[in-house]
Amino acid sequence: MKVLVPIKRVIDFNVKVRAKSDETGPDLTNVKMAINPFCEIAVEEAIRLKEAGTAQEVIAISIGTNACKEQLRTALALGADRAILVETEIEVEPLGVAKLLKAVVEREQPELIILGKQAIDDDSNQTGQMLASLLSYPQGTFASKIKIEKGKINVTREVDGGLQTVSLDLPAVVTTDLRLNEPRYASLPNIMKAKKKPFDTLTPEELNVDASPRIEILKVSPPPERPTGIIVNSVDELIEKLKNEAKVIS
Amino acid sequence: MDFNLSEDQQAFQNIAKEFAKKELAPNAAEWDAKSEFPVEVIKKAGDLGFCSLYVAEEDGGMGLGRLDASIIIEQLSTGCTSTTAFLTIHNMALWMISEFGSDDLKKQWCPSLCSGKKLVSYCLTEPGAGSDAASLRTTAKKNGDNYVLNGSKSFISGAGETDCLVLMARTGKEGPGGISCFLLPADIKGIEYGKKEEKMGWRNQPTRTVSLSDVEIPVSYLIGEEGQGFKIAMQGLDGGRINIATCSIGTAQAAIDAAQKYMNEREQFGKKIGEFQALQFKLADMTTELVAARHLVRLAATKIDSKHPEATVYSAMAKRFATDIGFNVCNEALQIFGGYGYLQEFPLERYVRDVRVHQILEGTNEIMRMIIGRRMLMEGATEIIQ
Repeated sequence: MKVLVPIKRVIDFNVKVRAKSDETGPDLTNVKMAINPFCEIAVEEAIRLKEAGTAQEVIAISIGTNACKEQLRTALALGADRAILVETEIEVEPLGVAKLLKAVVEREQPELIILGKQAIDDDSNQTGQMLASLLSYPQGTFASKIKIEKGKINVTREVDGGLQTVSLDLPAVVTTDLRLNEPRYASLPNIMKAKKKPFDTLTPEELNVDASPRIEILKVSPPPERPTGIIVNSVDELIEKLKNEAKVIS
Repeated sequence: MDFNLSEDQQAFQNIAKEFAKKELAPNAAEWDAKSEFPVEVIKKAGDLGFCSLYVAEEDGGMGLGRLDASIIIEQLSTGCTSTTAFLTIHNMALWMISEFGSDDLKKQWCPSLCSGKKLVSYCLTEPGAGSDAASLRTTAKKNGDNYVLNGSKSFISGAGETDCLVLMARTGKEGPGGISCFLLPADIKGIEYGKKEEKMGWRNQPTRTVSLSDVEIPVSYLIGEEGQGFKIAMQGLDGGRINIATCSIGTAQAAIDAAQKYMNEREQFGKKIGEFQALQFKLADMTTELVAARHLVRLAATKIDSKHPEATVYSAMAKRFATDIGFNVCNEALQIFGGYGYLQEFPLERYVRDVRVHQILEGTNEIMRMIIGRRMLMEGATEIIQ
């Protein structure tokens, strides 16, 4: 089985994000970038499928500028077999990404596409669902456990109030939740081996996809600063303030 | 000339940083307080390749250069100085086995040492032979197919909890030419370990004396040739000095990270303490000196990688400078924290305690100055530093 793992380059989750002074977007100068944590979970799951003998090949793919190579190399160092970069300067949106991925799926014919449920930068949570729709594939979103047997994949989903397990026919699209697995560290030998693995670069034009944005961003601004708190002298005073000032209890 | 890290080096740096952040830093204070030797985490480090950084690939090592190793060690030491320092000693002693050991010896020991499943201690210092290491008195006398070893070694990192020892003993005449290098299984008959020393820093790794009384080992446990021991020890120490210097750099970086954050948070006299010029100048000097020290260490590592004839002098300069600067930076960072820096609730006092010993071991900084000074007095020597 072939597994395709789309990954996104995002600001590292440890970084305190700042908006650019002209409010056109987040400030990315000199900021540490990383694989989106949910995508990393997707990579890990695909590698585990390969280690278990269920998958034969794991292909990592990213869409964006040349800088995304760094994250694809990380995916290769974690254990992906080969990488594809769809290189574009366009700020791609979920629908554009889904269309590009669809074109790659048609070329590569993977039986399973595992991707993060959302990216921690724009928190869209759309790409996996859109991709499944465009491909007319079944989808299992927010997976906390997957099990593949007899041409089907059972996906345990984290839903409000509990867990739901759905059984999908392959090929299928699965999006990962936080508890699916704990990603490994890339080892030094694997980092060195990653350089020798196949790496292809494509463009949206080659895939015949128009990925131009459909959403106009008006402005990006930081949330209002939290005002400093006050120290109350007694529980009574606290209750009084919660009742009359904050009006959160009655 | 390019001072930038290569793509690989950046990837190594990232993974070491992540490991330090997740596996070392959250536990370092507890290991220190409980004097706990984190063998399991060291094994985990071994899984990633950190136990055999510059050991040859054919022996199961990573085959990296000293510069690569320094970049990795620096990141690890930001998480836990003492654990990282032990890892570097393991790396150094293992390198001696891989570089000078017989094929049989390597086959037997290298795989498990490279993966970190087994650990090695390095035994050179004796109660009466510290800086003057060539005066060591532990003896190894040949008796048929065996050597019989007698004597004692002191300040041995990991001793009592490692699986083997790389040990220097006298097989011949007085002085450096009579010293040979041996590998000893840690549990061999006739070996005894002293009590765990109570130390100022490096508290999470055990330090003990090792006493040998009529320890018999087959001649095949000799590493290199008879009489080659001191040369092996000194060659290993060139790298060892870079490693220790690097541990000071990484710790100092962690101290600066903490101090910078604190200066932007802590308020006194109605403003952030970072707004006081006295502290700004302090931070500026700490940063400048740390960067200078880091690059001297990387330069020295490059000299070893390129087998430069003056690698020893560069290593000595790097070790002297980086460990002095590292201590000062940690100490100044503690000062910025004021009273809180003195509390164990914050990591600053541990940083200071841990890096202090780097000015003493792997050759004291006074010995480093002797190495540099003697070399510089030789004819034409001032040319070498250009």
